[in-house]
Amino acid sequence: MEHSHNHTPTMLRRMTKNGVVAFWRNGWVTLATVLIMVLTLFMVGSLLFSNVLLTSALTHLEGKVDVSVYLKTEADDGEISNLVKSVSELPEVKGVEYVSRDEALEQFKAKHQDNSLITRSLDELGDNPLGATLNIKAKDLSKYEAISRFLEAGVFSSVIDRVNYHQNQLVIDRLSAMLQASRRGGLGISLVLAFIAALVAFNTIRLAIYTNREEISIMRLVGAKNSYIQGPYIVEGILHGMLAAVIAMMVFYPLTLWLGPKTEAFFGGPNLFDYYTSNFFQMFGILLVVGVALGATSSWIAIKRYLKV
Amino acid sequence: MIYFDHVSKVYSPTSVALEGVNLTIEPKEFVSIVGQSGAGKTTLIKLLLGEDRPTAGKVFFESINVHDLSAKELPAFRRRVGAVFQDFRLLPTKTAFENISFAMESAGMSEEEIEADVTQVLDLVGLVGKAWHFPHELSGGEKQRVAIARAIVMRPDVIIADEPTGNLDPMNTFEIIKLLEKINELGSTVILTTHNKDVINGLNRRVITLEGGRVVRDDKNGRYVL
Repeated sequence: MEHSHNHTPTMLRRMTKNGVVAFWRNGWVTLATVLIMVLTLFMVGSLLFSNVLLTSALTHLEGKVDVSVYLKTEADDGEISNLVKSVSELPEVKGVEYVSRDEALEQFKAKHQDNSLITRSLDELGDNPLGATLNIKAKDLSKYEAISRFLEAGVFSSVIDRVNYHQNQLVIDRLSAMLQASRRGGLGISLVLAFIAALVAFNTIRLAIYTNREEISIMRLVGAKNSYIQGPYIVEGILHGMLAAVIAMMVFYPLTLWLGPKTEAFFGGPNLFDYYTSNFFQMFGILLVVGVALGATSSWIAIKRYLKV
Repeated sequence: MIYFDHVSKVYSPTSVALEGVNLTIEPKEFVSIVGQSGAGKTTLIKLLLGEDRPTAGKVFFESINVHDLSAKELPAFRRRVGAVFQDFRLLPTKTAFENISFAMESAGMSEEEIEADVTQVLDLVGLVGKAWHFPHELSGGEKQRVAIARAIVMRPDVIIADEPTGNLDPMNTFEIIKLLEKINELGSTVILTTHNKDVINGLNRRVITLEGGRVVRDDKNGRYVL
């Protein structure tokens, strides 16, 4: 009674062909579904871009923070180099910049060269009133506290005049808290938005398959196996995801071209367009995977309920 | 080959579709089932196709109890029973050819077999020229002929036609019934449900009359009596 010779490649080819044909013939439904998927993938892509901007803005800001140690004018070179060495060896420290007394004076003069009162006062003084400075950068913001405590411990009290950490502490702490909050908040919002977008895409596909429920029952009635009915819909879902990924990438081209210079000026971060072009394939890959996974699983879940006996 | 053994179908206490139906249908018979709307004709067909389960009793197809079939076995069974409906039930996004070939494709038959058999049944129903038309490009009679072609292409043992002429004019009705008679002559059992008095009287074959879910008449060379 059973005429079937089940050649899996043949069946896969037929299901793929049926899926491609349905994708093409469904016209408006396909268009609507793909547009919703584009919206979802656009959201995912925007999250990637905003994460890049945020991260670079944060590192940019972090780079501006340091602790300055003002050394006593009478400190001798041996003691100073001892201090520089000890500080450099701290695990929390990323870099130490030493500004000698002469350099400090040069910088001070350069900064105030237009102010005749100051330059005249300096000339009158004859001697260099400025001490040497150490500018210390920590590996991250939370390490400044420990570094300043080390410096103020008293071992180097003979050399150190004052440490400006406490003047900056409030600003540093606040910045640190802000950055952490925006990172965490950004991640939370991203996840919620991505979830909502995925839900909308899933419902769109479900609705499209709901309109096909009559056809599904006909296919079952003429004796098609569930897997054979399901296959083309999953292929269609994959195609929706693929086309949506291509369109989303196309939308990002003019958008980043336009936004690139603006965001670069505002965040001091990388030009978004440069990021887009240099990470094109990586981004396309991410959108493709998300789109295909979303399309295929949505179809699979949506059709399952119409295949129950 | 088909046996209804004390079959009842009760949707709710006030809605009894079938009550203690006993029926035997022999191979190569051409059986008409008549009855008013709500007499249980469609329920009978649904039970035979395994679309619905009886409340009591058994439906046998040869030695197979239709309602013991698992979800995996059902597709193969349905390919042995061709069905034609009043509302055609064609796949709207597939052409006439694809509608007919669909079941063969899903059964894993080769391209050559599909091409040969579909062309043959299209010829039988007289639609060779319309193979690549979509259902919305066909007339009612043509749609029903595609549906019949689809039903017979797997060479089923039984063709079930549930009011196949309900939406057709007299001319097309005549053509469709002639087609069913031809299929019967070629060796398939045909089960036809209809309201159409002229069809029944013209056939002069076995007629089963249902009334309120019961078989009230079963005549060898029946006429339409209601």
